[in-house]
Amino acid sequence: YVSFLWSYTKKCVIIILSLNVMFLYSASQIQTVTLIPGDGIGPEISTAVMEIFDAAKAPIQWEERNVTAIQGPGGKWMIPPDAKESMDRNKIGLKGPLKTPIAAGHPSMNLLLRKTFDLYANVRPCVSIEGYKTPYTDVDLVTIRENTEGEYSGIEHLIVDGVVQSIKLITEQASQRIAEYAFEYARNNQRASVTAVHKANIMRMSDGLFLRKCREAAEKHKDVKFTEMYLDTVCLNMVQDPTQFDVLVMPNLYGDILSDLCAGLIGGLGVTPSGNIGANGVAIFESVHGTAPDIAGKDMANPTALLLSAVMMLRHMGLHGHAKKIETACFDIIRDKKVLTKDLGGNSKCSEFTKAICQRVRDLD
Amino acid sequence: VCLNIPGFTLCLKRSVLAPVSLRPPPEKAQSALIGQCFWVFRICPPPALYGGRHTVTLIPGDGIGPELANHVCELFRFCCVPVDFEVVNVDSSMDSEEDINNAIMAIRRNGVALKGNIETNHNLPPSYKSRNNLLRTTLDLYANVMHCQSLPGVRTRHRNIDVMIIRENTEGEYSSLEHESVPGVVECLKIITKTKSLRIADYAFRTARAKGRGRVTAVHKANIMKLGDGLFLECCKEVASGYPDITFDSMIVDNTTMQLVSRPQQFDVMVMPNLYGNVVSNVCAGLVGGPGLVPGANYGEDYAVFETGTRNTGKSIANQNTANPTAMLLASCLLLDHLRLHAYARMIRRAILSTVTETRLHTADLGGQGSTSEVVRSVMKAVQSTGPLTLSI
Repeated sequence: YVSFLWSYTKKCVIIILSLNVMFLYSASQIQTVTLIPGDGIGPEISTAVMEIFDAAKAPIQWEERNVTAIQGPGGKWMIPPDAKESMDRNKIGLKGPLKTPIAAGHPSMNLLLRKTFDLYANVRPCVSIEGYKTPYTDVDLVTIRENTEGEYSGIEHLIVDGVVQSIKLITEQASQRIAEYAFEYARNNQRASVTAVHKANIMRMSDGLFLRKCREAAEKHKDVKFTEMYLDTVCLNMVQDPTQFDVLVMPNLYGDILSDLCAGLIGGLGVTPSGNIGANGVAIFESVHGTAPDIAGKDMANPTALLLSAVMMLRHMGLHGHAKKIETACFDIIRDKKVLTKDLGGNSKCSEFTKAICQRVRDLD
Repeated sequence: VCLNIPGFTLCLKRSVLAPVSLRPPPEKAQSALIGQCFWVFRICPPPALYGGRHTVTLIPGDGIGPELANHVCELFRFCCVPVDFEVVNVDSSMDSEEDINNAIMAIRRNGVALKGNIETNHNLPPSYKSRNNLLRTTLDLYANVMHCQSLPGVRTRHRNIDVMIIRENTEGEYSSLEHESVPGVVECLKIITKTKSLRIADYAFRTARAKGRGRVTAVHKANIMKLGDGLFLECCKEVASGYPDITFDSMIVDNTTMQLVSRPQQFDVMVMPNLYGNVVSNVCAGLVGGPGLVPGANYGEDYAVFETGTRNTGKSIANQNTANPTAMLLASCLLLDHLRLHAYARMIRRAILSTVTETRLHTADLGGQGSTSEVVRSVMKAVQSTGPLTLSI
């Protein structure tokens, strides 16, 4: 009787344990992501993205948070603690467009988020969208921009009346970090070469330091080809033949200008995804267009930018299957040209566009 | 750190202050009244020497510079242009500044120069400053003017582009003031002054008026660099108020580059500080057909230096007879215009444009198979057939 009881207990334990394991396995599949809808058209495009992810059965659970700045103790502006706690827990975030009111007194929200989570790399993959015609076809490059220092350090002084000095800060640590990240990205995404963009002929010490760090990182990643090119040469060649570029890494200001230039090549900010990678595994993916207050609430917005950023997020999390499915559906709908929002050249509503993508996602399954 | 701007001598230390003296500006006719500032802006070209011949400094530079300089000399000799070149070579591999100082002295002597790009060697220490930059700041060539126009015979993605880019050439990010305060942390100073911003803005508006253009756009990043670019923008607005016939607007530099690649036809005259000027001028040059087509001019109060617009050394195609000579030849036409030899300038410019647009003899960068010497010979033939009688080659 005792032996029977013992074997019965063992079986029960095994069944319970396996059930637990199965439950845990399926539960760990669902990842929670902090969603920041943003202002203006933000809420509608966020809803669109959630609908599409639902249709694709992506294992993502959304946690909505608001990041309007509040004044903490000591008068320092910071993001609300529940938002910070959510991001720290989930590590991955998706953000819609944020409005910076002019006379609010608090700094730009994007700047605040960047400082809070130390988002040091801004990654913008620019791929030509078949179906959205621009004079440039076959664009397939990625701009990786140092996001924390450089010309945007915000250190400015009025020396004397009529003379202003702006300080551009380049540090060894930040340059090393971004260079390492660029090569890691190239390796993880099967990109063949990394080009460092600089102006070391004029800014000998600052861009010289940046270039040195890139060269050192290149030594450690011999499988990725490394070239260096002046900023003006890159601009010149980019508008003539963008296919010669693969991954570009650069300090803050050049990155700002070049990433917007590349966004212009593929059709503008309305279709460009963007991701901000930070220390400690934090990553916030965002749409870089404005809040478009004139079309907010009218179901006219184009969710493509936020959707492609969300696809980038899926790839970052390793969910390549779902990412491919959603991306293919989105590109197919744009290529078909039957249901397009106003900025893409059609006259459908945002909800119709979203439904079309959802349908295509289900068909692809 | 000492800053020498004509009119100011300023020593920058950690704590600020100490302007030493303000030289009273010269009083001459033809001045623009901006507040209490009287500056003369008309650049008088140097007079011709005995025999009616001008002497012009020629700095071949590196890469494709020397061969293009030779072609310019050949063409001028063929067209009997009354210009003699004083060649000054600048060796970019040497650390000493003797060569570039000789060149600067020669330009001071002659008043005008035609220059190729001098390479900046990265392997030399950071104290080795860019020779091109040194030349520009020492001679105070404050305005870099580049006129980008779509040419009929050149295949590009965008048509009907006609943009004039006026870029501040001496301060801004190119002040070459850098220091490493702590090992691993480098600070680079970007200086914007009210005097220079007013000067370049006034130059832009006067040029726009003289060329009959209706709109000037200031390109800036004042949302981030509030004090620096904010000052530049304020100066532009101040000058704009004195030119009510010209529309003035402003645009942030990243938006500008985006608009340039989608709809470049909307721009007319653009004025901007140094670094943005570099980016925007290269983007525009790329849009109209590449670095081989656009000439550039650097104007100062007393001197003028002409070169290719995008300032490339072209190291990879040096001595292969494949470089496009159009930019350098058009720069030499700008030189002739500056010397008031307008007839020669017109003749040569017409010949060059007919080669590019009608004969369609293109070099490799434009998708053709012509060599540099073939293009120059074709230009000479065009001059011979349309210009006044010259000796046959």
